[in-house]
Amino acid sequence: MAASISKEEIAHVADLAKLSFTDAELDHFTSQLQEIVTLCDEMAQVDTDGVEPTFSVTENVNHLREDKADNWHQKKELLAEAPDEAADLIKVPAILHGEDEA
Amino acid sequence: MGIENFDTTIGLEVHVEMQTNSKLLSPSPVHYGDAPNENTNVIDWAYPGVLPVVNKGAIDYGMRVAMALHCDITRDIRWDRKNYVYPDNPKSYQTTQLHTPLGTNGYLDVTMPDGNVKRIGIEELHVEEDAGKNTHGTDGYSYVDLNRQGTPLVEIVSKPDIASPEEAYAYLEQLRRVILFTGVSEAKMQEGQMRADVNVSLKPHGSDKFGTRAEMKNVNSFHYVQSALEFEEKRQAKVIRSGGKLRQETRRYDEPTKSTILMRTKEQADDYRYFPEPDLSPIHIDDAWIERVRAELPKSATDRQKSYVEDLGLEPYDAGVLTQTLAMSNFFDATIAALPDSTDKSAAKRVANIMIGDVNAYLNKNQVELAETKLTPENLANMVKIIEDGTISTKQAKKVFTAIMEGEEPEAYAKAQGLVQISDPAVLTPWVTEILDANPQSIEDFKGGKDRATGFLIGQLMKKSKGQANPGILNKILLEELNKR
Repeated sequence: MAASISKEEIAHVADLAKLSFTDAELDHFTSQLQEIVTLCDEMAQVDTDGVEPTFSVTENVNHLREDKADNWHQKKELLAEAPDEAADLIKVPAILHGEDEA
Repeated sequence: MGIENFDTTIGLEVHVEMQTNSKLLSPSPVHYGDAPNENTNVIDWAYPGVLPVVNKGAIDYGMRVAMALHCDITRDIRWDRKNYVYPDNPKSYQTTQLHTPLGTNGYLDVTMPDGNVKRIGIEELHVEEDAGKNTHGTDGYSYVDLNRQGTPLVEIVSKPDIASPEEAYAYLEQLRRVILFTGVSEAKMQEGQMRADVNVSLKPHGSDKFGTRAEMKNVNSFHYVQSALEFEEKRQAKVIRSGGKLRQETRRYDEPTKSTILMRTKEQADDYRYFPEPDLSPIHIDDAWIERVRAELPKSATDRQKSYVEDLGLEPYDAGVLTQTLAMSNFFDATIAALPDSTDKSAAKRVANIMIGDVNAYLNKNQVELAETKLTPENLANMVKIIEDGTISTKQAKKVFTAIMEGEEPEAYAKAQGLVQISDPAVLTPWVTEILDANPQSIEDFKGGKDRATGFLIGQLMKKSKGQANPGILNKILLEELNKR
């Protein structure tokens, strides 16, 4: 049975991503994502019994870095990409106190 | 304590920042107190095309904590992305270990307020990234510093074995001490290096079905945790008693009112849409890796305390004070090692007394850490040596102590300042003879049984020696000479 995706779900995901869409846009994305979900359904038809799940497409294991610090001094470039800044801090619309650090 | 007719069930999720040199996924420095956004780069911001690579040191440190908490080490680890959009993290996801936490099935033995030791289970612990720091302005804006973002955290999830706010407090204290002695973090509360998410529910006394829980996130003081739990116990009991129904909800602790405030209910709960992290390679931990980390893990506070009592003859209380911090305990160990005889219990006791008394008083008075002073284990050991062998008196030692806190070498300083105690009978005996000759009345008094006479004579002799005579030896010579008369 093909899974279907509702307009409400698209609105929910948009909300999680802090994106706001018009009603027309929501319709547009709903049908677009429905096609993607249908494609996933098709892939789900393949019999994968006894096949190990793939979590990484590279063969690398333990590709790790020694704990050495290296400051790339990119503050200026990065702050230039921020919506606004003040005294080298990123300035954003007020966050409800206590909601930080998820 | 507890609430009448109810059992309280508490579980704690504790985040501890690990003091690695660099971040979990990028070489940006991990350093508290630097200028805002000084230590952040394109990898931290997850710009397209960047190649994050896991810091091996963060895995080593996570393993230390796992071992200190008697966890099983997970041999094959892969990473997951926890998605959330929030200004404290420009990546919009946190890299974590949802499905393969580094450690599982551990425990922590905690001495509870009633004196009994209770074993609290550790469900799991995992390594993940910290978020940035938000400052909330009064101008309708918040201000974000990303120096902290990406700092490796170890999150320790307890089993719901904690039964009261007091037990929660004791658990946090003991957990902090264990972590301090792994050398992984200084767990400074005031710098936010240790924070707790608190879960609490009530159920009718004796019931085996858990009640509906409330969660408080990011409580950054042990007292706040205890206070929030005390409030929650009362709040939840009141709802249940009045026939109401509790909702699963997230609340926050409000310090000024010592209460908790509703933030959101389960219907508005987070939806993190976890998925496997495609950019990082999996990790395999073999026996050799485990053995290397085990060899690097410093001895625990409990083991050190035991050895101080059993091997060095310290009082358990003193041994407890010396094992409050890793820095203090390491310094004590280094001082003992620098003594002429590291098994000398008298000298060890003296080192302990000086550290607990004089050194701590100095640190408190000057508001500094031990490592910030000029005191070295060698100089402290040397000072104790010259007290023990009678070169200086305990009174003179006070002056020498002040000097070694300024980096002076004790023996050289004592000589230069003329603080050296005179213990040589060849010097002391003629002085005794001279003073006795000058005070025939005192000799009569002594023979007449007046003990005070010797006190007077010692006073005269100390005056003559400008306070430098070794009182023990002086007293012995005086009595010998008096008995000859």
